[in-house]
Amino acid sequence: MKIRVKFAKYGAMKFIGHLDMMRFFQKAIRRADIDMKYSEGFSPHQIMSFAAPLGVGIESRGEYMDIEVLSMTSPEDMKQALNRVMVEGVEVLSLSILPDQAKNAMASVAAASYMLKMREGNFPIPELKTRIRDFYNQDNIPYTKETKKNAIELNLKQGIYEIDTDACDTVHMLVNASSSGSIKPAMVFEKLCQFANVEIPKSAYQITRLEIYTDLAKEGEAHRFVPLAEVG
Amino acid sequence: MRKLALNDDILMRVEKPARYIGNEFNSVIKDKAEIGLRFALCFPDVYEIGMSHLGIQILYSMFNEWEDVWCERVYSPWMDLDQIMRKEKIPLFCLESQEPVKNMDFLGITIQYEMCYTNILQVLDLSQIPFFSRDRGEDMPIVIGGGPCVYNPEPIADFFDLFYVGEGETQYRRLFDWYLENKHNGGTRQDFLHGAAKIPGIYVPQFYEELYREDGTISSRRKMYEDIPDKILKEIVTDVNEAHYPLKPVVPFIKVTQDRVVLEIQRGCIRGCRFCQAGQIYRPVRERSADKLKDYALEMLKNTGHEEISLSSLSSSDYSQLNELLDFLMKECRDKHVNISLPSLRIDAFSLDVMSKVQDVKKSSLTFAPEAGSQRLRDVINKGLTEEVILKGAALAFEGGWTRVKLYFMLGLPTETEEDILGIGDLSNKIAAVFYETVPKDKRVNGRVQIVASTSFFIPKPFTPFQWAPMCTAKEFLNKAHLARQGIMSQLNQKSIKYNWHEADVSVLEGVLARGDRRVARVILKAYEKGCMFDSWSETFHNDLWLESFSQCGVDIGFYTTRERADDEIFPWDFLDCGVTKEFLLREWKKAKGQTISPNCKAQCQGCGANRFGVGICYEEG
Repeated sequence: MKIRVKFAKYGAMKFIGHLDMMRFFQKAIRRADIDMKYSEGFSPHQIMSFAAPLGVGIESRGEYMDIEVLSMTSPEDMKQALNRVMVEGVEVLSLSILPDQAKNAMASVAAASYMLKMREGNFPIPELKTRIRDFYNQDNIPYTKETKKNAIELNLKQGIYEIDTDACDTVHMLVNASSSGSIKPAMVFEKLCQFANVEIPKSAYQITRLEIYTDLAKEGEAHRFVPLAEVG
Repeated sequence: MRKLALNDDILMRVEKPARYIGNEFNSVIKDKAEIGLRFALCFPDVYEIGMSHLGIQILYSMFNEWEDVWCERVYSPWMDLDQIMRKEKIPLFCLESQEPVKNMDFLGITIQYEMCYTNILQVLDLSQIPFFSRDRGEDMPIVIGGGPCVYNPEPIADFFDLFYVGEGETQYRRLFDWYLENKHNGGTRQDFLHGAAKIPGIYVPQFYEELYREDGTISSRRKMYEDIPDKILKEIVTDVNEAHYPLKPVVPFIKVTQDRVVLEIQRGCIRGCRFCQAGQIYRPVRERSADKLKDYALEMLKNTGHEEISLSSLSSSDYSQLNELLDFLMKECRDKHVNISLPSLRIDAFSLDVMSKVQDVKKSSLTFAPEAGSQRLRDVINKGLTEEVILKGAALAFEGGWTRVKLYFMLGLPTETEEDILGIGDLSNKIAAVFYETVPKDKRVNGRVQIVASTSFFIPKPFTPFQWAPMCTAKEFLNKAHLARQGIMSQLNQKSIKYNWHEADVSVLEGVLARGDRRVARVILKAYEKGCMFDSWSETFHNDLWLESFSQCGVDIGFYTTRERADDEIFPWDFLDCGVTKEFLLREWKKAKGQTISPNCKAQCQGCGANRFGVGICYEEG
């Protein structure tokens, strides 16, 4: 039986990297005594996959993990069992049974929404609010992504689906998070600051992932983004 | 939510920020308003090493079970954070509350190996606690040391207010009660230390003085108060089945060295290898009952979610209920998808059978620790492993499908000759030959056997029969390693044998610290001031800075290492009593020189003195 788990990660836990989060859940699942399905082979492991790795330092209110179990009483029971063995900063928000033929979380990911908020002690920046429309109305938002081997020229515009501010200290955005063309919120913010001609160091703001979406649109149709939790 | 001691900017800059945030499952948070005594428990090395230590988990769990005590953990910040904390003057903090160590009542430091001594100074320094006990004011934490290095605490005696000698389970409650009582009565730090010095197992170094002869050896010791003991007897758990066990160990987020449930099956070792300190200081052998261990195993797996369990002891094959325990674990662990990691067991039909059931034979390797290349030298060190046993075990293993063997040896043992060193190559070659004789060509996985022979350098340790022995110089060590390598290269099967050897400089330094006296303290401080830290990590060990420190302090390395001690020399650690008598150790030293072996505790009592504790193997029907 395939189960999709949605969880939040915040506070000190934002410093725990992706692989360590997997290890954390593997152990938590054992503590919660969940009847997991294991892979075959000499060293069987729990069948578990995460939707999209979250960078160290980023908080989230919408992380996803798919697991396979052999048996369970109810999603609510399992959610409670898991929350009894969590630590401060990780919280299981919801849990649902997936149809057997459902695509796994990672393959389903299309977009993710983020909030970038100035930390306490940093002043609001009015330019963010006044310039954001003009920023988004550009046809081309070039970004040079440095990799270990070379530099790649990207046009961020294609990957930004929505961007807005609701105050002078907060930016919301919905960006491409799929295996093809995913972009990071920090890249967009960096370009926005350049465009607005303000300098904001990375340490001045906190990034929070709010939700991860899949795209239910058929080929040729406009995007139809739906939270991963609402599939199946 | 807890506020972290380090801001996000710093945590994003350092390697593995998870080392510094606490919050692990089973870590303990208490309401500090209800706490009488706060204890910072420190392993002075990086988080991944410190978190793997059973002793810390035992004390952490026991202290936190007491309602009026809150025990928190502290580890050495790695070099990257160390630099930032110095620059920004951030005081070292406890992981749980994230509050400064200097605000605690106690700073307890476990001292597991000599090469962490500079890290102890780092911890004090970053905590903003004065290095020297005598310079600490009333508001500073009481700095207490424990662990095996406390069996010669003199090189670091000036840095500690107290040492706890022996097993931690027994006297801490009494020590804490006295601390609380003294505080309640408005007593001073000195009042507390004076009272503590009368508690069994507690050593207060500032109340004692070492006096020296002209030749540099110790003439006598003086004490400041009449009512404190001359000799301090180690503390010992008399009933290991009733002793506290950490059933809810802290589960780290990041991978640590020992990332599994650890079952301590027994304390002590019956073997009496003459180089081994653990074999003497933890006497007598006391076994935990298999029934108790079975309960612990199930409970701890449930409480942690670990996917691996391992047994801990100095010599697991000597545990009398091993078969019963392993059968149980194999059955339980199969159902639960838990791996069993086996400690180095004696290689025989039983252990090979168990190993083949719980390990991937193709991937795992077998370990033998002959320690010396010849039977003659194995008799000197009282290592009861014979060539016949090794070759027989290897043959059985090769038949069972193993193709990888690790061999551990020591170089520089007392009485060692060139022949003994060349014996390392001979023995490795014979094991390889056994493989080619035992396994037919068409059944050889990878075509050949892989033998890895490793040598470490022998370092004489206090409370061993070899405490009188001279140690080699770095140059002598390297010549020996060179000879061992030549010996291996000249073998017929040399292509199947890989040879590794240790650094010599760090062994020499460990030798000084192991048998040092109070005069060594200033060298340690000097080296620290020059930037020495994490000396047990090869990338951060700076021998040149240490050598400079010795010469600037006028301390002669040879006095502590290469000098042979007279039978009646007073050692810096003679005022401690680990149960085993100096007469017994001297008897063993003489037997060693005569190449005479001593039977183990199970076979025949050697009268070491540990029977005075009235428990354990000394009183079991043979």
